[in-house]
Amino acid sequence: MSVLELANISKHFGAIQAVNDVSLSIEAGQVVGLMGDNGAGKSTLVKMIAGNFPPSHGTMQMDGKELILHKPVEARQHGIEIVHQDLALCNNLTAAANVYLGRELRRGVGPFRILDYAAMYKRAGQIFAELKSETRPRDLVKQMSGGQRQAVAIARTMLSQAKIVLMDEPTAAISVRQVAEVLNLIRHLRDQGIAVVLISHRMPDVFDVADRVIVMRRGRKVADKTIASSSPEEVTGLITGAIEQV
Amino acid sequence: MAVTLDQTIAQKQHTLLSRVFASQTFWVVIAVILACLFLSVATDSFATTKNLYNITRNVTFVAIVALGMTFVIITGGIDLSVGSVLCLCSMVLAVTMHAGYGIEVGIAASIATALIIGAFNGVLIAYLGFPPFVVTLGMLSIARSLAMVASNNTVVFQFGPDHDKLLALGGGAWVFGIANPVLYTIMLALITGFVLRWTKFGRHIFAIGGNEHAATLTGVPVRQIKVAVYMISALAAGVAGIIQTGWLGAVTTNLGNGMELQVIAATVIGGANLAGGMGTAFGAVVGAALIEVIRNSLGLLGINAFWQGTFIGGAILMAVLFDRLRNFRRNE
Repeated sequence: MSVLELANISKHFGAIQAVNDVSLSIEAGQVVGLMGDNGAGKSTLVKMIAGNFPPSHGTMQMDGKELILHKPVEARQHGIEIVHQDLALCNNLTAAANVYLGRELRRGVGPFRILDYAAMYKRAGQIFAELKSETRPRDLVKQMSGGQRQAVAIARTMLSQAKIVLMDEPTAAISVRQVAEVLNLIRHLRDQGIAVVLISHRMPDVFDVADRVIVMRRGRKVADKTIASSSPEEVTGLITGAIEQV
Repeated sequence: MAVTLDQTIAQKQHTLLSRVFASQTFWVVIAVILACLFLSVATDSFATTKNLYNITRNVTFVAIVALGMTFVIITGGIDLSVGSVLCLCSMVLAVTMHAGYGIEVGIAASIATALIIGAFNGVLIAYLGFPPFVVTLGMLSIARSLAMVASNNTVVFQFGPDHDKLLALGGGAWVFGIANPVLYTIMLALITGFVLRWTKFGRHIFAIGGNEHAATLTGVPVRQIKVAVYMISALAAGVAGIIQTGWLGAVTTNLGNGMELQVIAATVIGGANLAGGMGTAFGAVVGAALIEVIRNSLGLLGINAFWQGTFIGGAILMAVLFDRLRNFRRNE
């Protein structure tokens, strides 16, 4: 059954039609690759799901109920987690502090509550272990490799019961070895029944990890098919417009 | 040997000792101690009760304001208005008490003034996007001018019915002969240290200084926190103003002139980073102590007072130099 269902979503900024009549559904435990050239409307689509701005037309449904978002925080409350392209990490804080940023654990009574360092280190360590990442909770993010930084950003999405994780170009700026690490992280999310939307320019990554690929061009969805029934050549054709639609 | 999860969780990057040696604050403490030892040997007048009493008390005013400034600097901001706010709060207290009100009313009025100014700075910076430098530079001018308006640019030295209470508050030594301002400083430093390390608010302040955009995206109430830090900074200046009024026994509109530079110097020497994301309460206090020891020693060693600025400026540059050296080493 589908976790998130978009029906006839459009978004225009003044005269510019960024997203045009897009419908799609995302299933639990599935990795969907969202592809398209710059300006194809991927980011706009994702920002609507993330609650950054509402669609001009169309509806979103989550678990069969209509989803209306005014703020990014509301998206998070509904179990939609975002891994931003720049990862949104604070270099001066530890891995655990970054994982818990904005939702720190505290202990104590009433107004006298202090940060629960021990609990945060413990849970963050467990999440990193689940992700099979070598990241250590007390390490400063400043000194981490690109793959480890990704792990910290992804660990955030596992704090609460996320249903959907949107990842914006997670493999854009890291080394080859680290890409493999990140793709593994994505598989771990999927194995836990989380739906992952992977926005990427990198064809090999999408074909490696995704179950389905959605291609957008000029604000329209031009393809939505299983990876098995597609090929990198076809997707390239769809992105560039050499193939009109499938 | 397999590494268990608990070991990974407990794994620290540094031992306690290596962390101490890597901290700028530690080296500043060493510098203060060495300077004190040297002065004790080189001069007869340094290690006297009277001089030490003077030094500790003089440190306090800069230290208290520096504690407030630490919050602002950790967020990556700056507050240039503290010297003028100190003067204005002092003057509000003095004028209110001079007009016959009690010390409670005077202090309340003074604190309220500080909070309003801090909130004004904070709202312009956080909600309207003004650069902190510009807003607080404007406030530097405004607050001092308001202090002149409030007092008609006169010296106030009579504080009405509660005159003696005020002088005791700032000038007394209620516990073990330690000057009251020193006690206040220790208390405020402990509170600041606690807030920075153990509260959600403190954590968010560091997050804003580290990456404001990330803090916003993860749901940290960045704007409210920014307003709060400027209010804390102004409040610290106000509290220092109240205590200083009690100690001096008179207020002029010159009070706290140029103090903002000393305060910023103290926080930076103590290890705060003007780019944000770094700073400690203890650092602010030892930074203030180093500045005061330098000032005091120049006098005792018979060096012309005009050299003071050179030495304090040199200390700031040295502190930043050490920080740069550490970074170079790390980047290699």
